[in-house]
Amino acid sequence: MTARRLSSGGRIDRSKPLYFSWQGRVLSGFVGDTIASALMANNVRVLGRSFKYHRARGIYGAWVEEPNAIVDVVLGGAHEPNGRATTLSLYDGMAVTGLNAQPSVDFDAYSAIDLFHPLLPSGFYYKTFFPNWHRFEPRIREMAGLGTVRPLANTEAFETRTIACDVLVAGGGPAGLAAALTAAEAGASVILADDRFGFGGSLLWGDEAIDGQPGAVWAAAAVARLAGLGVQLLPSTTVFGAYDHNTFALSERRATAAAGWGGERIWTVRAREAVLAAGAFERPLVFPHNDRPGVMSASAALQYLRQYAVLPGQNIVVVTNNDSAYGVAAALQLAGALVTLTDVRPTAPAVARIAEAAGVAVHLGSVVLNTAGRNGVVCADIGAADATSLRAVQRRVPADVVAVSGGWSPAVHLHSQAGGKLRWDAEQVAFLPLAARPHQHLAGSITGAESLAACLASGHAAGSAAATALGLTATVAPPHADAAQPAAPAQAYWRVPVTSARQWLDLQNDVTVKDVALAARENYASVEHLKRYTTLGMATDQGKTSNVNGLALLAEFTGRDIAQVGTTTFRPPFVPVTLGAIAGMKHGALYAPWRRLPAHSEHVAAGADIREYGGWWRPACYPRAGETAAQAIQREAAAARQSVGLFDGSSLGKIVVEGQDAAAFLNLLFYNELANLKPGKLRYVLLLRETGVVYDDGVVARIAPDRYLLSPSSSHTAGVLALLEAWHQTEYPHLKVAFHDTTGAWATFAVSGPNAREVLAPLTKIDLSAEALPHMAFASGRILGVAGRIARVSFTGERSYEVSVPSGYGASLWTALREAGAAFGITPYGIETLSVLRAEKGYILIGTDTDGMTLPDDLGMSGPLRAKKVDFVGKRSLLTPDALRPDRRQFVGLLPLDPTQVPHVGAHAIEFRDGKRRSRGWITSACHSPALDRSIALGMIERGRELAQQGAEVELFHLGKIMKAKVTSPVFVDPAGEKLHG
Amino acid sequence: MQLIPCPWCGPRNEPEFSYGGEPAVRPIPAESVSDATWSDYLHFRANPKGRARELWCHSAGCGQWFIMERDTATHAIFATLKPGAAA
Ligand SMILES: [Zn+2]
Repeated sequence: MTARRLSSGGRIDRSKPLYFSWQGRVLSGFVGDTIASALMANNVRVLGRSFKYHRARGIYGAWVEEPNAIVDVVLGGAHEPNGRATTLSLYDGMAVTGLNAQPSVDFDAYSAIDLFHPLLPSGFYYKTFFPNWHRFEPRIREMAGLGTVRPLANTEAFETRTIACDVLVAGGGPAGLAAALTAAEAGASVILADDRFGFGGSLLWGDEAIDGQPGAVWAAAAVARLAGLGVQLLPSTTVFGAYDHNTFALSERRATAAAGWGGERIWTVRAREAVLAAGAFERPLVFPHNDRPGVMSASAALQYLRQYAVLPGQNIVVVTNNDSAYGVAAALQLAGALVTLTDVRPTAPAVARIAEAAGVAVHLGSVVLNTAGRNGVVCADIGAADATSLRAVQRRVPADVVAVSGGWSPAVHLHSQAGGKLRWDAEQVAFLPLAARPHQHLAGSITGAESLAACLASGHAAGSAAATALGLTATVAPPHADAAQPAAPAQAYWRVPVTSARQWLDLQNDVTVKDVALAARENYASVEHLKRYTTLGMATDQGKTSNVNGLALLAEFTGRDIAQVGTTTFRPPFVPVTLGAIAGMKHGALYAPWRRLPAHSEHVAAGADIREYGGWWRPACYPRAGETAAQAIQREAAAARQSVGLFDGSSLGKIVVEGQDAAAFLNLLFYNELANLKPGKLRYVLLLRETGVVYDDGVVARIAPDRYLLSPSSSHTAGVLALLEAWHQTEYPHLKVAFHDTTGAWATFAVSGPNAREVLAPLTKIDLSAEALPHMAFASGRILGVAGRIARVSFTGERSYEVSVPSGYGASLWTALREAGAAFGITPYGIETLSVLRAEKGYILIGTDTDGMTLPDDLGMSGPLRAKKVDFVGKRSLLTPDALRPDRRQFVGLLPLDPTQVPHVGAHAIEFRDGKRRSRGWITSACHSPALDRSIALGMIERGRELAQQGAEVELFHLGKIMKAKVTSPVFVDPAGEKLHG
Repeated sequence: MQLIPCPWCGPRNEPEFSYGGEPAVRPIPAESVSDATWSDYLHFRANPKGRARELWCHSAGCGQWFIMERDTATHAIFATLKPGAAA
């Protein structure tokens, strides 16, 4: 006879049975159960194996503090790989399995590891397997691992929400309810969040009354009143993070239409005032062999009894150092168990009468010295609290449950995350906040309140303070609870003083008292070092039950006070949060806004291989049936050289700069002279950082004396606009100039190739002759009857016209150009093809051929520095010794001696100096050139221009292989520019 | 997530803003300053722990640059000022 479901009581619906599987075996539970309560009701004792020693582990807690009962849950399309069985509602059809055991938790092939525990102290794996940890790690991880992630599960079930409120109350127990009522009645907009399924906290399993009603009844009435006041009630919602300026992150678990189960919504809440009322965790009381299934938190035992009507055992031993376990012992005894209570304190507290009246056998000054049982506790040895030997047994009692209470640790996590300091309170045997953070108010256990009356009073005070801070007046009286029995102080009792047996601190990570002693001996005296060396508190439960015990023992072993040892840093999240939930709906097609070209549909219809480039979805190339992308690129490039090609350049930036000081301003910003640019003309320009490094290149058109149009690279348009604004606002605010980005307003197509003029001429009356419209000039006029602009500018080296019309006409102009060019075999080409065409011509691509060290002279553009008098951005940096060094890397072309070999981008040109191999620079672009029918490359090579003049060869090194190449001018095609200007 | 009072738009969430560093006075005429002075201007900042005066831009809002005085350790914000306003 062990755990069993009682025939009455609990918050379960016995009329609604649920069926689920555990390790493939079908079991039943009820609506209202958690997975853990249903497993306990079915008397399942072993739920998993510990990480390190593979010892059998059962349910320890009843909520988020649970260190052992981590399970894999599948329901429909949803999957929870590391679920805490104690917090997950039971659903019909759930398939639940244990973790960290091969082949199953009941028979674990790795459990023999436990026999070798004397050989496995803290740091064993690192000490033994270092420096070849990477070889052993996969196997060790498999033995110690958690669940397996299925990346595509649940993606439909996640969303995020951002909201602001006057008061956020974190925690819906008695203190949180009192605070929310007070603030809401005063007129504040309130959000109340509690991680449990309903509000009330400990009132749901306690015996006490408020305002003359049972606690749970009062809680239900309070929730109804809050709803009436318009309070946003968020049950099943954990406030898991506190951030700057009272921002809080909340995780709401929810059933969704899409997923049925496994949904999660992340709330970002900005609260003007916040009330922290998250309650407290019961600490374990540590004794030898305290990890066996059946050893559990005393308050958890009470919750299983009252919430789920599960009596966890028949013969129960309660171990305590404080008053709170006496009521638990009485409740378990009255529910039908045979209960023995041991209290390490020598004198009986007032509450002992309650337990004794219920029939509990109370042993003072006593503790459990040991437990026995293979897959769970079967008996417990009781001895004096100061016993130093396992043999000092006073009585051995049968026990299937040992319910432990080592005192209470308030949940100070949110306070600490927000930057709040803690103090050690020796009387309360707990860390408590030193003072609340600005705009935060503390309520309940976190204030040191132990009685219900004190919790309610602190909640009311916190709600009043929040209201006052908002300029409101609290009017409601505090809820009343009868004063509790006078409490006897808890005793700081951290473990049984026996050294010959293992006593567990962290059940999930298998950290024992001996491990902390070892860490102290090895001088890991800082609590942060202790944590990382022993892994204490590093498991999925983040040490909710183990941290305070661990650092109390570190204090003992290093001869310090607990206050001196301090705590580890509390960081979000308070509980594990699903990564997919943080992403919310930002994945796949919704990850970022799509920027499509005006003729996107036409590109798709033409078979374009569409890819993302700097936020824009653009054709890479247009492969025909049976053609690879590489083949398509070669074909398209050849067609543009031989006849005519058509390119969608609509994503190129179009920033209008206008104002009476536009010329003066641009001259201060750009490397090139722009004041003398004549209206109707274009100029290729560089924009530098103040460090002299090339930030972007582009073409500037002067539309009118006070109006310019900049065309930065597609991916730099936003950056260039931001840079113009920054310089104007912060350095040159007296100049009258304004900017606006018109990129999305225009469709721009480049018609490029020897037949470009012939294709375009029938569509416009604009004179396209070389005399009327020479290279680097533009003209405005009508194209197909639509007002637009034609610019003579080329990124291919061929005669090119960039035709711009309002973007709404883009698709029809694209179609018209294709029809007009049909007789010439006009060929659409994509951005990858353009990259080949421009490489043949030696035109740089910013960010490809340049990097964070490239100066204009490195690219062969030194004219403006010599000629331009204005103190333009970056100019001074071009005059430093480093900028003027003769051995800088310079932009050159490279022709591999073997024309069939294309060098790898990133391959280094190497030489030997003083017997050592060193780099002389590297390849930045390389391809097969269809125009030359051979391989070509561009690169940045030390003294490159000198080498090109000499026709020198360099050795290119890549992955151990050497390729020889001749250094040349970067212009491989039409160096005289006859095609370009013709 | 900080709540930053834009001098034009009022309090807005931190992701709408971008950080522009400590304001540095551009030495002019640049050509006549020493390499060391120029290097200081480019690279060296006080980077205080505590009270600091910084440039911020409401980049995803009104697009305006402003001065913010804040505590780099506690993230307390003391003031935001339009350019040219007295500190
Ligand atoms: Zn603004």
